[in-house]
Amino acid sequence: MTQTMLETDPLVIDGIPLGSRLIMGTGGAPSLDGLGAALLASGTELTTVAMRRYSAPAAGSTGGTNLFDLLLENNIRVLPNTAGCFTAREALMTAELGREALETDWVKLEVIADEHTLLPDAVELVEATEALVARGFKVFAYTNDDPVLALRLEQLGAAAVMPLGAPIGTGLGILNPHNIELIVSRASVPVILDAGIGTASDAALAMELGCDAVLLASAVTRAQDPVAMAQAFRHAVIGGRLAAQAGRIPRRTHALASSAMEGRPDL
Amino acid sequence: MSTIQLNGATHPLAAGTTLSQLVATVTGRELLPTGKPADGGRLGVAVARNSGIVPRSQWSATALELHDDIEIVTAVQGG
Repeated sequence: MTQTMLETDPLVIDGIPLGSRLIMGTGGAPSLDGLGAALLASGTELTTVAMRRYSAPAAGSTGGTNLFDLLLENNIRVLPNTAGCFTAREALMTAELGREALETDWVKLEVIADEHTLLPDAVELVEATEALVARGFKVFAYTNDDPVLALRLEQLGAAAVMPLGAPIGTGLGILNPHNIELIVSRASVPVILDAGIGTASDAALAMELGCDAVLLASAVTRAQDPVAMAQAFRHAVIGGRLAAQAGRIPRRTHALASSAMEGRPDL
Repeated sequence: MSTIQLNGATHPLAAGTTLSQLVATVTGRELLPTGKPADGGRLGVAVARNSGIVPRSQWSATALELHDDIEIVTAVQGG
């Protein structure tokens, strides 16, 4: 299926075709082995990582496999993020570290207002997007579900806009489907629904609303069976995408029989 | 004793140590003068010195100085 999607309906960002429209985060997984299995099951081809201080592998750990190696071994493209940054200045520095360490211009820009909401700080986000674009980054801007702000970020040069469905880690799904639809309808860059996804139907809905991709982490890594949930999301994203393209029937107030009334036997 | 700050902790500094030597010690990987690992793999590490990024190509030419503030970062689970 992945192969088919890559050939017929790839997600193209910055000229790079991706066969999967499911972008994975890596936060919340209890072990690297479990994470690897879930990533493979998800079929993802692009996965976010955070940049943090290097610490030597724990004594007794097998081999030296780290997260970066895990992604390289599985041909998964890496998307460094600026998680944990509260200001544009911090986000710029973190983005530069990610570019240097991982040798990619792609960055998922997160500038968070506070630890309680984890909501994007719009002012810092705009400033950081402008500065990163000027420095040659391909910015994936994590944003509020605000159609005005999303369009501004695109105009500033973001390679993709990533409106949230609900606050990070809440699993509340898509709280404002109307706004997501509005963002999609006006965007000329890929729209990636990011954050708030709880279960497969949320991801399918995002795709049905017209999003180009879905990014999630906790919904898989913190599920009781992460591998099974990763498979569920893999199928949900494909299903939602196909449904969006297929053209759904209009909603009606009254029933509409699907069987003809003529020709009924006289019983 | 001469020291630097390494990832927020005090670290001894031997005279003449280069940034390349420090990164090799911390990561346990032998580094080429280009800053790339001698084993042909990818290091996945970036370095900031006194809040400025030092590209890997300059690590071997950068001598550490007393009280340098060094941050060595890598990709971890997140997002």
